[in-house]
Amino acid sequence: MIEIRDLHKYFGALHVLKGINLDVKKGEVLSVIGASGSGKSTLLYCINGLEPIQQGHVTVDGTDVHARGTDINGLRQKLGMVFQQWNSFPHLTALENVALAPRIVKGKSRAEASDIARKQLGHVGLGEKLDVYPSALSGGQQQRLAIARALAMEPEYMLFDEATSALDPELVGEVLETMRMLAEEGMTMICVTHEMGFARDVSDRVAFFHQGVMEEIGPPAQIFGDAQSEHTRKFLANVR
Amino acid sequence: MFDYNFHWRPVMRSLPDLIDAAFLTLQVAVLAMILGIVIGLCLALIRLHKTGPLLWLASTWVELARNTPALFQLFFFGFGLGAFGLHLSPYMIVLAGLTFNCAGYLAENFRGGFQAVPDTQVRAARSLGMTAWQTYTRIVIPQVFRIVYHPITNQMVWAVLMSSLGMLVGFRELSGETQFFASRTFRIFEYFTVTAVIYYVIVKIILGASRLLAMRLFRY
Ligand SMILES: Nc1ncnc2c1ncn2[C@@H]1O[C@H](COP(=O)(O)OP(=O)(O)O)[C@@H](O)[C@H]1O
Ligand SMILES: [Mg+2]
Repeated sequence: MIEIRDLHKYFGALHVLKGINLDVKKGEVLSVIGASGSGKSTLLYCINGLEPIQQGHVTVDGTDVHARGTDINGLRQKLGMVFQQWNSFPHLTALENVALAPRIVKGKSRAEASDIARKQLGHVGLGEKLDVYPSALSGGQQQRLAIARALAMEPEYMLFDEATSALDPELVGEVLETMRMLAEEGMTMICVTHEMGFARDVSDRVAFFHQGVMEEIGPPAQIFGDAQSEHTRKFLANVR
Repeated sequence: MFDYNFHWRPVMRSLPDLIDAAFLTLQVAVLAMILGIVIGLCLALIRLHKTGPLLWLASTWVELARNTPALFQLFFFGFGLGAFGLHLSPYMIVLAGLTFNCAGYLAENFRGGFQAVPDTQVRAARSLGMTAWQTYTRIVIPQVFRIVYHPITNQMVWAVLMSSLGMLVGFRELSGETQFFASRTFRIFEYFTVTAVIYYVIVKIILGASRLLAMRLFRY
């Protein structure tokens, strides 16, 4: 379980997250929507400790992410992350991209790591591309590679930061399909997304962020059908 | 017109000595490059991440190395230090001068290389649980290396050619040796022609080897 309590985040004087309280239970799929600049990416970075926080707590399965003495590299193995930019490692083949972290972070043998990588690449539909370098993959394939790379660490949570926003429209579908598959397999997911169809169909709850505040959270039916907040209604009217 | 008779025999007779001197040239250039790469990497990292006196020192090094004549840099380690009672051997003068110069140029190449690797690569690696060190050695450095590979090759060529300045501080590498024989036999043109060919061959070998290695190293 991910528990976020009174989370405040500043970039210098800029108050980016203003007291967020949020629990994400095992097996839940949460979509996070909101205008650009509302703090959605920053929230994910605060959850896996890529950004320090100034006030409050984030705990993952009882471990305080930002406490001194927390084994953050160990904790991050539980928290897979997929970014908006594809971020495949360009100097490694698809197989090496996926096998690297299991080997050097988890200490698996070369053979074990390759097996894991082969399995995960097959899982996201890249079983034919093992020895290909990312430069020869499409954006959608690179994004699926990034998902396989995160899954190879056998995470218990997956954080998606606008995984489809940088893709050509015709490539969005294959990545959403992969995310949907993960959700059906029971993965716990926090998905920052602009894909309202995905948010409505796949998530258990949807959170709307507005200027660093979580304005509203609830089941998709509430957010898309019966939003309580004026800001939520305005935002949804504009994206549709 | 020409009243100059070419005499190649003396040159050919001292060819083995010239070849030996060529190896000395290559040796000092390679050593200077190895030291230059290590120091240049440190200078680049200081310029990217540090402030204060260390930054000032690194910046001054790079500025002087890039914006003053290489010959003066050599003279500094020869006559300059000599004026303070520190007398280096000709070999050390050339090695120090070349290293100083190469480190300065390579530092700028490295700095550009580091800046060219997007921050998002680091974030992706850290999100997988890699330590800062693992991220550096497995993700950042290999990408920087590819970016600076050709500049390093060029610098290597430059180090070989620049080592010829060694003859002005009494170092008998290829040029110094040539000068020595040429002035003894007065076959100046012949000697320097042959030596030029030797330099040319060395440079071509370096470039060829570099290209072959690149084909093996960089398949992406
Ligand atoms: N590294 C940073 N330094 C300074 N400001 C930042 C940084 N990252 C994000 N911000 C600012 O924080 C705010 C929230 O950004 P972000 O979390 O990326 O929003 P979103 O993902 O919802 O578009 C924005 O105003 C953005 O400019
Ligand atoms: Mg964002």
